[in-house]
Amino acid sequence: MSNIIYNNFDMEVQPPRLAPDYTSTILRAPTKPLVLLKQSLSERTGPVFGDFNLGEFDHDLTKNARVNGEPLGERIVVHGKVTNENGQPIPNTLIELWQANSCGRYVHKVDQHDAPLDPNFLGTGRCMTDSEGYYKFYTIKPGAYPWGNHFNAWRPNHIHFSLFGANITNRLVTQMYFPGDPLLQYDPIFLAVPPKGRDLLISSFDLSITEPDFALGYRFDFVLRGHHATPFE
Amino acid sequence: MENSTAPTAATPRIGGLQTPSQTVGPYFAYGLAPEQYHYNFRSLTNNELVDPLQTVEAITIVGKVFDGQGNVIPDAMVELWDANNQLFGRFGTGTDVEKRFIFKALKPVSVNGDAPYLSLILFMRGQLIHSYTRIYFSDETALNANDEVLLAVPAERRHTLIAQKTGNYYTFNINMQGDNETVFFEI
Ligand SMILES: [Fe+2]
Repeated sequence: MSNIIYNNFDMEVQPPRLAPDYTSTILRAPTKPLVLLKQSLSERTGPVFGDFNLGEFDHDLTKNARVNGEPLGERIVVHGKVTNENGQPIPNTLIELWQANSCGRYVHKVDQHDAPLDPNFLGTGRCMTDSEGYYKFYTIKPGAYPWGNHFNAWRPNHIHFSLFGANITNRLVTQMYFPGDPLLQYDPIFLAVPPKGRDLLISSFDLSITEPDFALGYRFDFVLRGHHATPFE
Repeated sequence: MENSTAPTAATPRIGGLQTPSQTVGPYFAYGLAPEQYHYNFRSLTNNELVDPLQTVEAITIVGKVFDGQGNVIPDAMVELWDANNQLFGRFGTGTDVEKRFIFKALKPVSVNGDAPYLSLILFMRGQLIHSYTRIYFSDETALNANDEVLLAVPAERRHTLIAQKTGNYYTFNINMQGDNETVFFEI
């Protein structure tokens, strides 16, 4: 007999809690060691969003906030699969995303970057993975934007993602980057990830999903925490 | 060059290394809690795990999140998970005038003699990985005193996990750092 144990964060690829080059971590990262928790029902379960009626265009950010025309910028298709470390697909799980517009401006009221808002682009969406763990979004390639971390700091182009997975241990909030972005080498949020994990955050250009005369394709797969078996004691 | 009619697909990444976590950043609200922050997008969830108008036994949980200098954090996102009742809620600390998070929930019940608790997940700018903790309840003294998880926590830090009952609500403040740093769990 054996017991299923969900894996912890793999700190060989996960960022540390404190990364002083990303200055906001200095006053916000826990300083005391985490207490290892014996997993119980709470960790073996998580919210199920299957009952929600997603809007018709929730997965299509080029359409879900149109007022009087098409959003400006380069249309892209982002697709991929959600699996766990064991390679098992995660079906019917909620993926939420949010991002800046093509000029690098967020709709969020706190964002004061002096770049134009797009009246036809909100920059948020969501979908469920299908029975094979597959997802696909249509959106606009987000622009780079400045931030106050250090002099002349710019975030590389990125899309924020939130995933639930099969249970609370699977919960993941992350950012997807684009191949060849020259800002990656200067970004302390990206660089907080150990070198072994960095490639996992960069999407791949995907000609096979690129839609002729319409949108460029990118592939980004998510790998959530998996599990292993231990013998019953 | 051979004439390729089928375009080359990007190589899938199935299983293997975990996708690294990145911060939720400061601008999550219009995507993850749009109605709370008055954006024109429907929220999938909110801070009412139960409808307090329909559920007389609903409890209120309020709290603030403090940084290492004792300043209230106005851009945190808090999620609550009630495993037994399969209830979930989410609330950002940016809309309340005091920058509190506020939840309506059911008081959880003891399972297998464990002290009742709710799971709490915390996200914010300045956190590269979310933090996980639990809310226990001050009016469960006997169960708290014998709870396996609470006993695994150093005695002087246990109080950081216990919501204090005042009238009909519970207060659960979260300190990221300092003498009263909240206990966070590795799960
Ligand atoms: Fe961002």
